Amino acid sequence: MTDTKTTILHQERIVPQIFRLCLSSPGIAQEARPGQFVHLRIREGTDPLLRRPFSIHRVDRERGEVQVLYQVVGQGTRLLSRKPVGERLDALGPLGHGFEVSEEGGGVLLVAGGIGIAPRFFLCEDWLRGRAGTALIGARTRDGILCHDLLRSGGVTVHIATDDGSFGDRGVVTDLLNAQLEAGREASASPIVYACGPVAMLASVAALCRAYEVPCQVSLESRMACGLGACLGCAVKVRSSVPPGYEYQRVCTEGPVFEAEEVIW
Amino acid sequence: MSTVLSKKNVPDLSIEIGPIHLKNPVLAASGTFGYGQEFEAVMDLSRLGGIVTKAITLEPRLGNPPPRIVETASGMLNSIGLANVGVAAFVRDKMPFLRSCGTAVIVNVAGRSMEEYVEVARRLSDCPGIHALEINISCPNVQEGGLAFGADPKVAAAVIGAVRDVTQLPLIAKLTPNVTDIAGIAAAVQEAGADAVSLINTLVGMAIDATRGRPELGGVTGGLSGPAIKPVALAMVWKVAQAVRIPVIGMGGIMNAGDALEFMLAGAVAVQVGTANFVDPTSTIRIVEGLEDTLRERGMGSVKEIIGALEV
Repeated sequence: MTDTKTTILHQERIVPQIFRLCLSSPGIAQEARPGQFVHLRIREGTDPLLRRPFSIHRVDRERGEVQVLYQVVGQGTRLLSRKPVGERLDALGPLGHGFEVSEEGGGVLLVAGGIGIAPRFFLCEDWLRGRAGTALIGARTRDGILCHDLLRSGGVTVHIATDDGSFGDRGVVTDLLNAQLEAGREASASPIVYACGPVAMLASVAALCRAYEVPCQVSLESRMACGLGACLGCAVKVRSSVPPGYEYQRVCTEGPVFEAEEVIW
Repeated sequence: MSTVLSKKNVPDLSIEIGPIHLKNPVLAASGTFGYGQEFEAVMDLSRLGGIVTKAITLEPRLGNPPPRIVETASGMLNSIGLANVGVAAFVRDKMPFLRSCGTAVIVNVAGRSMEEYVEVARRLSDCPGIHALEINISCPNVQEGGLAFGADPKVAAAVIGAVRDVTQLPLIAKLTPNVTDIAGIAAAVQEAGADAVSLINTLVGMAIDATRGRPELGGVTGGLSGPAIKPVALAMVWKVAQAVRIPVIGMGGIMNAGDALEFMLAGAVAVQVGTANFVDPTSTIRIVEGLEDTLRERGMGSVKEIIGALEV
């Protein structure tokens, strides 16, 4: 993990409210593993005060580049979206515990809601190259469906669902997952599921995976202060074998990727 | 090395907090620096004046339900709820690392009852490598204990007195700003045997999500910290420094060496850096370097020349 000054190499708006940011940071690019995040200081001043955590979307280790895909949701991301090329940004990273990838099992199922596709993409590119992978992507409308072309060109089978039916199936991503898990059961192929998206979606994904007895890893988001495990601000409730049956773990340190079974939704 | 050769030009940053000698006046504040190890990867901990640990209670505490933090204008609210590993695990698992850091270790002590403060302090007294205890009579985020002990001078004095009876370790009483007369509390804990006071802990605050019609924090209210509270902290440090004989440790929104100097001018012999650690994990070291630069620029031999030098 490094505490470093990065330079903005480029930044583009992909669809309204969603931006792709490319940073020069050989140290982070070299070390980063899928599911990890970078903690960016948006401004030198005191408002906004805290850093903002972003999943690592993609890295180019040879060129020393790190990409972040983010949605403008508040003051911090709005300011970030206006940053010009060449500006320097403080970055801490890579941070956190990423996806655990097992070589066994019957294929990989990626489930993403909206901007949740960001860390999934790194996972595909980095570890699944050449392996059978299926991505299920959901969003409210067509504009929220990201990266499907890139995933397809990387050999990943992509299924899409939108709430309004403007792209792919009309429905939610868990409908797609249900169909995949059902088909997998008939074929006696047990996949491993990697999911990222809104909490309600993740809870449904976790419940489905439990019902089908399929292992599932989820990537969680939280408000965060230090990113280093010190402030305990990013706590998430997880099961524990000792009374009272639960404990809090840190999204920044034990996470952001957790076994779905562990999380108390 | 070069420090030896240029020793004449190196200003003396060392200070004393009562019986505690510190190599410099910059401490990492409780609750913002974990148990020290969390920052090992990004900095040389031995350059710190000291580390004040996360608050330690008798039993492990899970802490409050999330969301536990929210950013506010030039500050943040937290409602962590004294989550910690408990005194036994702290002594067993956390102290070995802290002892090896090459800096002063001050353990923050919290409790639900007078008996809990006393018992935690007693157990820590037997543990080597602890330089002082900071008695947390000011946490706003627990229903019992914390703030309730620090808001009344008689109760505050009773806690400090009871802890004084069971330990030889220097005692620092950490004071809350959520009172009308903080100087009165400071005077009371001084009489009860505190070796120093540290202030201010966080101010009780609240943030509301109007869209959802809900509080932003799981604990509903929380403690406000960061640059937003610095003027309040400075005023209280200045007031307390004039009211007591024991050393005052100042904190509240210190982000840089300039902020630290202001607190020392107001009468603080040392400072604690809290929320700044979240923004820049190396803030403490930047502040140490900044203080050294300032002294050199002003031709001062010792940081002690600044303490309380405010001309009013």
